[in-house]
Amino acid sequence: MSHPMDQVDQPNLVDPAGPGLAAPTGGGGLRGQASAGARRLRSGDLGSAPIIVGLLLIVVIFQISTPTFLSSANLVSLSSQIASTGIIAVGVVLMLLLGEIDLSVGSVSGAAAAVLAVSNVKHGLSPAVSIGIVLATGVVIGLLHGLVFTKFGVPSFVVTLAGLLVWLGLQRRVLSSTGTINLPRHGWLLDVGQFKYFGYLGAGVIAALLLVAYLVPALAARHRRTAMGLPSRSLGGIGVTALGIAVVSALVIYSLCQDLGVPWIFVFFLVLVVLVDWVLRRTRYGRHVFAIGGNIEAARRSGIRVDTIRCSVFVLCSVLAATGGVVEAMRAGSAGRDTGTGDVLINAIAAAVIGGTSLFGGRTRRFAALLGILVIGSIPNGLNLLNLSDDLRFIITGSVLIAAVIVDALSRRGRQASGAG
Amino acid sequence: MGAATVAPSTRTGTPVLALDGISKRFGAVQALSDVHFEAHAGEVVALVGDNGAGKSTLVKIISGVGPADEGQILFQGRPVDIPNPHASQHLGIATVFQDLALCDNLDVVANLFLGNEALRRGRLDEATMEKRSADLLAELSARLPDVRLPVASLSGGQRQTVAICRSLLGDPRLIALDEPTAALGVAQTAGVLNLIEQLRRRGLAVVLISHNMADVFAVADRVSVLRLGRNAGEFRVGQTTNEEVVAAITGATDNVVAQRARRGADQSGPEPEGPR
Repeated sequence: MSHPMDQVDQPNLVDPAGPGLAAPTGGGGLRGQASAGARRLRSGDLGSAPIIVGLLLIVVIFQISTPTFLSSANLVSLSSQIASTGIIAVGVVLMLLLGEIDLSVGSVSGAAAAVLAVSNVKHGLSPAVSIGIVLATGVVIGLLHGLVFTKFGVPSFVVTLAGLLVWLGLQRRVLSSTGTINLPRHGWLLDVGQFKYFGYLGAGVIAALLLVAYLVPALAARHRRTAMGLPSRSLGGIGVTALGIAVVSALVIYSLCQDLGVPWIFVFFLVLVVLVDWVLRRTRYGRHVFAIGGNIEAARRSGIRVDTIRCSVFVLCSVLAATGGVVEAMRAGSAGRDTGTGDVLINAIAAAVIGGTSLFGGRTRRFAALLGILVIGSIPNGLNLLNLSDDLRFIITGSVLIAAVIVDALSRRGRQASGAG
Repeated sequence: MGAATVAPSTRTGTPVLALDGISKRFGAVQALSDVHFEAHAGEVVALVGDNGAGKSTLVKIISGVGPADEGQILFQGRPVDIPNPHASQHLGIATVFQDLALCDNLDVVANLFLGNEALRRGRLDEATMEKRSADLLAELSARLPDVRLPVASLSGGQRQTVAICRSLLGDPRLIALDEPTAALGVAQTAGVLNLIEQLRRRGLAVVLISHNMADVFAVADRVSVLRLGRNAGEFRVGQTTNEEVVAAITGATDNVVAQRARRGADQSGPEPEGPR
């Protein structure tokens, strides 16, 4: 959290003179953090606040309209509904970070579901082997996109638009005349997708691990930075974040475990979100992805192998889309001609954007895919409870997307107005 | 970093970089012909000339972006080839081009170490990078509000500072700055000139390309004039006037200036003055 890459904060450069570089930045205890937050707000950068406010608004509206919205049963089904598109959105975030787009993710997820079902059901391969084949398919598809993009300079928009059609065709061809293939009733694919939940104990252990995974590096970094004489986060600040993680986890576990529990596929999605966040912020690879999205020429001159990284992100995006397709097939218990079609693509992209990923590359807020898919997933879920039809769902989803982009544009304008650059 | 700070007086007579008989042709255009150029440690040499005089071409030769057709390059007395940017950096030549090549979305530390990140157990070592950044900036008395600010929110002068510091991390012997003060305000220009002074104190050879005579006279030890791809005079700041240099650039009094330049070069050579 101490890394400001996502929080493009703009302090008031009242006095840029003086040895400002020695001044504490992240420190200053709670008050320091509060004032940093206030500074950000004044300068028009709202951080993740708009999306959280938006999410709360949606929750409140639905809860007033239909008391079942926040019921444990509904939250359990919501969390398992959003897992597959959420996983696809993680890949879209990576792609948008490069300043590129992947329009094929829906088709790729559909083709992946089809390949999974055919391998597992028609060819009788084990679930593990089938998943292996699907992931390999994802790698090949991503590599094809990436190579056409980097070697021939075809815009990603066009490459993946072509991919959208090609992989949709592949999906139909793989399914051939069968139409929909049901996964075996007692296989573990269906079992994991529909019937596996973490109870209080399991989910509690996962939350504890999450807390440790946050606290240990945070405290170690603080110790090391203090030893090196660098400004570091206060213990209070770290404690507040840890408390936040604990409270949110406890709330989620409490509400979900009153019903079936925390779906495995939702936990899998969360793991991917946290893992990708870590890779983006803590590894050289992630830094280079940001750099390419920020200024590709600068990245190239820095000796970054731009084409290799861009290709690898195409592969990651396709593999994540394929993974999303697998999860969707497992949850639905089947793969059909409609899997991955319709609004899957637009929902995945909308989730990434609503979560705070810039369409212009190089900027994203943390856990954008998770926050975005919570918003995007809540809308059809709530409307469904209200017995409202699809037409309204499309209109509302589209409006929320536009609202999110406008909020982002406004906050960027504020940033520029108050900034020197 | 870790560059031993060489006092200007301790430098040897061997120039860090010596170009001799450099020619470069683009199709029918002779961009440079038989150009001679030297840069010494602890000396700021300004490379001036009108548009199309060949300044940029010369910098591209030094930085390996556009190698010369003919001529000899001596780096610290050894003849070298600079066929590509990598070779240039490897020799210890850093070039800061006008576009700076910074990533606006990344903070100062990330930009300084881009492509050369410090790692610790496979992860980015933010603490070490931040410490080295802060140390380097302090050494150069460079003023930035916060090394964790994204570069997008810095002013033009601060961005220039980041770009220059970035080039210093490779521990170069020579740094070439392409129009570092173009489009900067008065205060920011002063800051960058200050930084150039610091580079000289560190014992670097600094090549400053500029259109701005005030800047050149403020910070350079020596002025090398190019005109239409040829040497058009070499002046020592303090022994020349703005008018003389401008005359050499424009060719207004070509003969006189050329004579004087030759005379100046014979007498004093490229010996710099002490720090002002």
